[in-house]
Amino acid sequence: MSQAATSQSNSSSPAANAGLAAPADQSHLARLEAESIHIMREVAAECENPVMLYSIGKDSSVMLHLALKAFYPSKPPFPLLHVDTTWKFREMIEFRDNTAKELGLELLVHINQDGVDQGVGPFSHGSQVHTDIMKTQSLKQALDKYKFDAAFGGARRDEEKSRAKERVFSFRNAQHRWDPKNQRPELWNLYNTRVNTGESMRVFPLSNWTELDIWQYIYQENIKLPPLYFAKMRPVVERDGLLIMVDDERMELEPGEVPQERMVRFRTLGCYPLTAAVESDADTLEGIISEMLVSRTSERSGRVIDHDASASMEKKKQEGYF
Amino acid sequence: MSANAQHVEDLNAYLESQANKSLLKFITCGSVDDGKSTLIGRLLYDSKLIFDDQLSALEADSKRSGTQGEEIDFALLVDGLAAEREQGITIDVAYRFFTTDKRKFIVADTPGHEQYTRNMATGASAADLAVILVDARQGMLTQTRRHSYITSAFGIRKVVVAVNKMDLVGYDEDTFKRIEADYRAFAQQLDFTDIQVIPVSALAGDNIMASSDNMSWYDGPALLPYLETVDVSEDREAMPFRMGVQWVNRPNLNFRGFSGTIACGVVRPGDKVMAQPSGKSSTVESIVTYDGELEAAGPGEAVTITLADEIDISRGDVLVAQEQPAQVSDQLQAHVLWMHDHDLVPGRQYNLKCGTRQVPCVVTELKHRINVNSLETQPGKTLELNEIGVCNLSLTDKIVFEPYGDNKEMGNFILIDRQTNDTVGVGLFDFSLRRADNVVWQALTVDRFHRSAIKHQRPCVLWMTGLSGSGKSTIANMLEARLHDMHRHTYVLDGDNVRHGLNRDLGFVEADRVENIRRVGEISKLMADAGLLTIVSFISPYINERKMVRDLCESGEFVEVFIDTPLEVCEQRDPKGLYKKARDGEIKNFTGIDSDYEPPVSPDIHVRTTELTPEQNVDKIIEYLEAREFLRAPTL
Repeated sequence: MSQAATSQSNSSSPAANAGLAAPADQSHLARLEAESIHIMREVAAECENPVMLYSIGKDSSVMLHLALKAFYPSKPPFPLLHVDTTWKFREMIEFRDNTAKELGLELLVHINQDGVDQGVGPFSHGSQVHTDIMKTQSLKQALDKYKFDAAFGGARRDEEKSRAKERVFSFRNAQHRWDPKNQRPELWNLYNTRVNTGESMRVFPLSNWTELDIWQYIYQENIKLPPLYFAKMRPVVERDGLLIMVDDERMELEPGEVPQERMVRFRTLGCYPLTAAVESDADTLEGIISEMLVSRTSERSGRVIDHDASASMEKKKQEGYF
Repeated sequence: MSANAQHVEDLNAYLESQANKSLLKFITCGSVDDGKSTLIGRLLYDSKLIFDDQLSALEADSKRSGTQGEEIDFALLVDGLAAEREQGITIDVAYRFFTTDKRKFIVADTPGHEQYTRNMATGASAADLAVILVDARQGMLTQTRRHSYITSAFGIRKVVVAVNKMDLVGYDEDTFKRIEADYRAFAQQLDFTDIQVIPVSALAGDNIMASSDNMSWYDGPALLPYLETVDVSEDREAMPFRMGVQWVNRPNLNFRGFSGTIACGVVRPGDKVMAQPSGKSSTVESIVTYDGELEAAGPGEAVTITLADEIDISRGDVLVAQEQPAQVSDQLQAHVLWMHDHDLVPGRQYNLKCGTRQVPCVVTELKHRINVNSLETQPGKTLELNEIGVCNLSLTDKIVFEPYGDNKEMGNFILIDRQTNDTVGVGLFDFSLRRADNVVWQALTVDRFHRSAIKHQRPCVLWMTGLSGSGKSTIANMLEARLHDMHRHTYVLDGDNVRHGLNRDLGFVEADRVENIRRVGEISKLMADAGLLTIVSFISPYINERKMVRDLCESGEFVEVFIDTPLEVCEQRDPKGLYKKARDGEIKNFTGIDSDYEPPVSPDIHVRTTELTPEQNVDKIIEYLEAREFLRAPTL
């Protein structure tokens, strides 16, 4: 449903009765959309060298869709950056490349070559070391390399407790560190985008969206998603109560483990060994959303990385993680 | 019916019900330990918004660091930062989302500690309503008054006073009535239109979701039913059209649109609009969005507008209804809430951001501070962290605004430190001082060009900064003598001389030092305007003030000369015996001893007195002036 359509069909307001077209009262999603667009335009206007972190998941897909809207008829005036840990699902990489090509957007892909040379991976080094080197350090390398002074991320405040306290414009010092106790006050829709050389901003245009809003918006706008979100027979093994998909030959099976074909899908996307599948037969967008409405676990529970100590996300963010 | 067809039907029915829900944004505030986090945790818990995995993590956390023994500590749901969990307090605004059958809610949980009042203001700036908690055992506290005042000042008109922990006073009606009476008496000084006082226990769940049997004497609504139905709508559509231009949209030579979010009013193609502050008018041609052109757009919509005429509009301008323009001024009175550890200093330059515009500004006068406990006004020289004052502001350029009381969106601003880029203050415009409209610069027939041409030189301000005893005066005097020999027209402004005359009313505290530099900066500017090579010899310890003078001067005219002598050397020389007095405690606020000196990061000329003789250093400065053609007549 487009804004144009709603604005024309509204006939109950006084202005409409006076014979003039009236704007639609903004729905909840339209409000969120307008707020995100406002944030993106502030960055485009005030920052010198912005970039959009594109992680291929549903939140990135929504963020990218909003960027197309924010600058229309221009294209978004910044490139996309994907920090590739080399352990993403193959379907994600394919989807990423097709999306950038179809939209005609510049896509930068950064891989931490030092990490690759040292053979860092989730199986050999564990999830924490892998994530730190191939994701956090890699992201910092990329931001330094291109000298970006602002980077959009798709994080939402409803995801996790430390994120609930992060600003929309989150200041990072020259070492990319976040200081949660010294954040710039953020009032009304006035964002302070100023940084000195070497410092930067992480900008979260989806801060006020909830997971449900994201799904509703995807449905309303018919946004294309990677097929991994939809249920399909996939080869998985069960480890520590989590279903892990065997996406390529690098997945070493433990004694007695035999991959089983199960009907599964993913609620979040990341490195395949660190992202658990859920059993589901929801193979349509409607099915996914219906399933989500009755879910009793939060989406991050599928992320192996969040199961560490309770303040782990805050610590990672201080060190430069998104 | 297939499974998927069933899904589609269910989903559409669900989305239909969601679309009709309104949104209420509210803040919770009150003193420390009044139970704000517990209340929000209770709302999330009772509205079934806590997932199983979060609940099991919460149970584990409650046992580890909870304050409720074996019971679930709801506060742990919202206290997200490690420091908060350790200290059992809330130190930053947390935003929480929950939905009931009737409404969607975004709640900002704001801290009660005094030092975090700035975060409370942050939450208030985005809220439609405030829930102010009062501990039934304590009654009204300083924080209750402070938060109520900020709530009112930031334009919130409806409040709920939740008298919490009623279970701990035996659900006593008299206790409640007394607190209610106290609050209503106090609130008469504020601008609330609705005050709903509700006795609750967040921990026990009394009067939260539904009326409690424990307090049958209370016949008002329970908290959630009240929040679900309270009307906070504001008719922004009926106001005149305003949209700050955020971004000029130029995909190709054939399209030029102005992107922005509509602050208020409605706009349609064919409407006459004006760009302020320039005052140029045109007609709206189209309202462009990704989803097609609109026949009308209203408050809150992010659109791109094209105009029938090619008029010069850039980011920071405001498009307004031609017949009902906003106000334009560069001299304003405002309420300012200070948000930084470093005090507000009148005379220091800050960047003011309002809407999409950023302009350097100076607080020319702090008229008074407001004691938020008694609401009385008090005189003051500076504003400290969390203090509110009424200030006069002088901007370097005109801005488009409206008083905050008339139009929130057009009446708010933030102040940014020009060196650290921190957001140091927030403000609400009261009114234009209108002086700006009356002062018209006299257009003189002899201008700076003529004055300097006759002297065969281009004027400049050679600003010598450095510690006391670093050799500024020596080099300044020697330089002037050399320039005089070269038949140049010069003048030396010296710190000591100026302090004996023009600035004898000023001391050495930070605010006075800033004013000292401001005055000298203005005089230097006039001297340069007269065509002189102006040599200024001033300690001028702060980067911000030197930057302010640079901005005051014509572009390229300000030459920063860093007279760089190590403190030990200055102290050893001690030509006036001042360092000794400072060390003995006879002089306070002495630069280098008990007051900071911020050295220039990249001075135009760096004079190292320990490496070259004064004569050699003067040569170096002369070379600089020659290379940049200051010693030649200007050309038109």
